[in-house]
Amino acid sequence: MTEAAKPLSSINTRVDSEVQGGVTEAEGPQMMSWDSHTRRWVVVYIPLLIFLFVLLFPFYWMGVTTFKPDSELLDFKNNNPFWVANPTLANINKLIFETDYTHWLVTTMFVAVGSTFLSILASVLAAYAIQRLRFKGSDYVGLAIYAAYLVPPSILFIPLAQVVFEMGLYDTSFALILTYPTFLVPFCTWLLIGYFKSIPYELEECALIDGASRLQILRRITLPLAVPGLISAGIFAFTLSWNEFIYALAFISSTENKTVPVAILTELVSGDVYHWGALMAGALLGSLPVAIFYMFFVEYYVSSLTGAVKE
Amino acid sequence: MATVSVRSVRKAFGSVEVLHGVDVEVADGEFVILVGPSGCGKSTLLRMIAGLENITRGEIAIGGRVVNNVAPKERDIAMVFQNYALYPHMTVRDNMAFSLTLLNAPKSVIEEKVGRAAGILGLEPYLARYPRQLSGGQRQRVAMGRAIVRDPQVFLFDEPLSNLDAKLRVAMRAEIKELHQRLKTTTIYVTHDQIEAMTMADKIVVMNGGNVEQMGAPLELYDRPRNLFVAGFIGSPAMNFIKGRIEGGVFRAGDIALPLPSDPGQAREGQPVVYGIRPEHLRLDGAGVAATVHVTEPTGSETQVIMHLAGSQVVGAFRERIAEKPGQHLHIAPDPALVHLFDEQTGTRLN
Repeated sequence: MTEAAKPLSSINTRVDSEVQGGVTEAEGPQMMSWDSHTRRWVVVYIPLLIFLFVLLFPFYWMGVTTFKPDSELLDFKNNNPFWVANPTLANINKLIFETDYTHWLVTTMFVAVGSTFLSILASVLAAYAIQRLRFKGSDYVGLAIYAAYLVPPSILFIPLAQVVFEMGLYDTSFALILTYPTFLVPFCTWLLIGYFKSIPYELEECALIDGASRLQILRRITLPLAVPGLISAGIFAFTLSWNEFIYALAFISSTENKTVPVAILTELVSGDVYHWGALMAGALLGSLPVAIFYMFFVEYYVSSLTGAVKE
Repeated sequence: MATVSVRSVRKAFGSVEVLHGVDVEVADGEFVILVGPSGCGKSTLLRMIAGLENITRGEIAIGGRVVNNVAPKERDIAMVFQNYALYPHMTVRDNMAFSLTLLNAPKSVIEEKVGRAAGILGLEPYLARYPRQLSGGQRQRVAMGRAIVRDPQVFLFDEPLSNLDAKLRVAMRAEIKELHQRLKTTTIYVTHDQIEAMTMADKIVVMNGGNVEQMGAPLELYDRPRNLFVAGFIGSPAMNFIKGRIEGGVFRAGDIALPLPSDPGQAREGQPVVYGIRPEHLRLDGAGVAATVHVTEPTGSETQVIMHLAGSQVVGAFRERIAEKPGQHLHIAPDPALVHLFDEQTGTRLN
């Protein structure tokens, strides 16, 4: 995970040093004021604004389109494409009451929570064993788990489909709950290996002398200290399962069992007619749970990616 | 309380042997300090006694029971780590009670034992705090409290004071010693600081390069170091060594002659030896040898003088105030009764 953390922290330090540099240079008598203020705008604020715009514009577009009546949506000549003149709830109404959208949401939530739970459980045990028990060949097992992550789902779904069929899970939520861990477990395991590494080993040795068994150490010492790591692994697994497309498309056929990303694409596009309003409403509502999820845990998420256990 | 026996213990990490057959006997209630430079294997030995490292060869017995294959939790020991290893997510009370809760001890017993340990260590006001809210010395005390609560047969300390500042270290040193006098629990303590070893131990085990160099009471080690390593390691400032040979009943190095100890032991005429004298055993003597003053360091109670004598650097610690400036001569003489002679080749003591 340190690879992912590096660019983040390097950006931070760069911003800091630029800001500090600007301040000290402004105080220096030989420096012109251009160097502090303008430069800060050029290297910090303007890139940030561009970055924000790129990130947030799709959300804005989704939001605006959701509330547009069809007349405005399809006629850009007489209407401002970036604004809604007569907002309407018709699209949301259509989405919720004329399709199985609520059902899809529930299914997606069930699948995401189920596969996240399974993956975290497996990853915690795997990561702990690889990092702490240091059994023979633990390094290779770690690498093998990571190698599994490198197999693209677009190849893996064909053999997996066979397995799903044979087990009689086709067109059920369990087909997804049991296949998502194929890509969730490797990532979560590696994230947790990194996190467990940051917990001082002495704590476990001390607990060992205090009379704790391995499982007690895991439950009472390591896991409570790894909560930020567990949360970020959980967020990651949840987001990936929530947005997953290929497996959900391949293993589910009946309308009511579909997940949101697949359903809005297959059910709200009839032939070559795109129900843009409802589509965007579905996308907007579908991204809300993840956004809310992030909102609550963002601090843990950042701290687990950038920091370690503090006493 | 129990005895601890370490019998010809060897430890190898892969093909690298770090302990080459160590024998240590710890009597019941004794305070034993393992001391030596870093990398000498003292911490490894302690961890083997604790059960955190397995024993490559030899055996370790606690209370007469060989514990080679006994899990740490069944050895009835408590260990204080260098970084305290307090559980950061638990309060002081929970930290101290952790081992008892694992044993499913009744709440009243836990309360009583934690309360007693907190009383001994003066931790009552901090029981509800988290380790991060404590100072270094308080954390150290919590770590000891955690050990006391268990009422173990043996206390193990792994450089417990090395993360504290100098002043606190002195205070905690006294505290640990007092604690031992009060609880009389067998204690094995690892440090690289010979002053800690001298001031606290009933018995010191000096280790070097995976071997025990000498074992004995602090003053025994100070008075009669068995070899050059122990002589140089114990005592501060360190013992002065002058290389030379025995000629005509005196020690000669270059153009100076120094008196031999009254009982030169195995030292033979003409033998190359190392002449050892502690700085505090040099005295000012008008009839002594002339040494060139290099640096004077007055501390108030005494003055340490770094001098050059026969090509060697010699430190003297004198009660007198020294007025000589650098470059001037100071006439010094060793106390012959307190001179140490070592074989130059093997480094072993001769007298």
